[in-house]
Amino acid sequence: MSASGAAPIIETRDDEGVTVRIHGSAIGDRIYQAAITFFALCIPILLILLAWEIAVAGWPAFQRAGWSLLTSSTWDPVHEHFGAAPAIFGTIVSSSIALLLATPLAVGVAVFQAEYAPRWLRQPGGFVIDLLAAIPSVVYGLWGVFVLLPLLRDPVMPFLRDTLHLGSTPFFRGPAYGPSMLAAGVILAIMVLPYISAVSREVLMAVPRSQREAALALGATRWESIWRAVLPYARSGVIGGIILGLGRALGETMAVTMLIGNRHEVSLSLFAPGYTMASLIANEFSEASGDMHLSALMAVGFVLFVITIVVNAIARWLVWQVSRGSAAK
Amino acid sequence: MSEPVATAPNAAAPTPPAAPLRPSGRQRAFAERTATTIGRRRVVNSIMTGVLVLFSILAALPLVVILFHLLKLGASSLSIDFFTKMPKPVGESGGGMANAIVGTLILVGTGALFGLPIGIGAGLYLAEHREARLANAVRFLSDVLNGLPSIVMGIFAWQFLVRPVGHFSALSGGVALGVMMIPMVARTTEEMVRLVPISLREAALALGFARWRTSLSIVLRTASAGIVTGALVALARIAGETAPLLFTAFGNQFWSTKLSQPISALPLQIFSYAISPYDEWHTLAWAGALVLIALILVLSIVARVATRSRFVLGGD
Repeated sequence: MSASGAAPIIETRDDEGVTVRIHGSAIGDRIYQAAITFFALCIPILLILLAWEIAVAGWPAFQRAGWSLLTSSTWDPVHEHFGAAPAIFGTIVSSSIALLLATPLAVGVAVFQAEYAPRWLRQPGGFVIDLLAAIPSVVYGLWGVFVLLPLLRDPVMPFLRDTLHLGSTPFFRGPAYGPSMLAAGVILAIMVLPYISAVSREVLMAVPRSQREAALALGATRWESIWRAVLPYARSGVIGGIILGLGRALGETMAVTMLIGNRHEVSLSLFAPGYTMASLIANEFSEASGDMHLSALMAVGFVLFVITIVVNAIARWLVWQVSRGSAAK
Repeated sequence: MSEPVATAPNAAAPTPPAAPLRPSGRQRAFAERTATTIGRRRVVNSIMTGVLVLFSILAALPLVVILFHLLKLGASSLSIDFFTKMPKPVGESGGGMANAIVGTLILVGTGALFGLPIGIGAGLYLAEHREARLANAVRFLSDVLNGLPSIVMGIFAWQFLVRPVGHFSALSGGVALGVMMIPMVARTTEEMVRLVPISLREAALALGFARWRTSLSIVLRTASAGIVTGALVALARIAGETAPLLFTAFGNQFWSTKLSQPISALPLQIFSYAISPYDEWHTLAWAGALVLIALILVLSIVARVATRSRFVLGGD
């Protein structure tokens, strides 16, 4: 089936499985085929162009700084010394907090919707979670600045640090300003929850009934059938959903920029402000002090681009495995 | 089929006993526990059911709280002025976001002009060449494009469209948004076109329609409700995007509808007002967020209703 031949041959299969071949040689067909092939080719072309443009723009900074661009923690535009380690560290930490908080909730919601919810609740329930995904990042940021930060500053952070005595660990130390890695992690958790939940729900729905029935027939309670039969079957798909959420969290920009505090610093404490790759670009790009500064930001963008591609590819592969039914274990 | 009672004599006939299923070690251990600790297991079952219900409520809570704050803080500063007046300088009260609202509409419109044809065309290609190697590659790459951080799209549009020209422009912002639409529109178009029964296509071809006319005026038209839904969802998503506009549309305190000039947009205005130190501007940011959410909700709900009526009509 190729569109490149002189006369395009359309090969389709009808309901009975009979292969139908239609030879079209009309000029209209050729134009039509050429047009939709061109539109389809736009996607790879755009991606290649995008990767190329950003790579070329980031190359001077990489040439100058080498791998210290990724490993150094000094970011000094004045002396043109660029090390994005704090931003990379912050990206990983904030996304990890988000996944830790969001995963149990998201999978729980998905299980509830797929296994427990009565029919009338399924549609509106799914709609509510989908709406969470529809709220723009900047609105999450606005809400975070004026509602979440005061909440964290007053009861939550002192509670974690003093009442629960977590202040003795290095992770919950220091003054509770508000803008912090923790704030970014919490808002990211809310933002990625619908993605994880939607994929998990689809995957759980795809688990064959026989899995549940077999467990129930062996005398399992409902929860046991879920825990021992349904979730193991859907495992790689659910993990795929979580990784998809990770991809979202890594690249999320506006809300994080507004809540993370934007400081080039590697600190173990979640109360300390930090930076992420995306927020670094958002914050400094329009005020970049020179070509090298711009180039360094482009290089950071390229790293982010590559990381999200890898993460997304892994996620798609895992989800695809379940939908193919080859992940049964 | 012709002998509905065929099972009865079969059951009466002496059949060899089925080979017993050998339970594995784990299964046997499971069965033993089943016999002894049923009470504890029932308790665990009810606890976990409760936990799942609790999780579901907790997950829906942020939406309720955010909408509550939007209504509470946004509605109070929402007035006719907000839609008709321009932003006022710091210190002066009042003012609105007329330019930002118009700017968002222009940007989303430009994005749609750019993204919809490519998205729908690519979707048609994917649906008609399901197993072609290029189709699989395009499908994968469109997923990649869909997962791309929006800030990366922003710096790409800057490098590609702003840097060579030398100034920010509405056009570059619209194109950045349009590119973000393409993968979403392509995938929904593909799915919707695939739902169209092959018999419809065959009927048109049998009547002597050319293939391209069959595709455009029969298949695409049948799938159009679903495609419109997908397009609306995509529009709702790009309408709220901020990061791709930061270095392209850039924002503008003044009235502008020119594609070649920087233009304001609701998300940009919300962002710059939210991080400003002025209370006056904070309330305007809330009002802007309320308007933006309302726009997005209307688009999403229209999309959902459109899908539902399609399924009712199509009997799918």
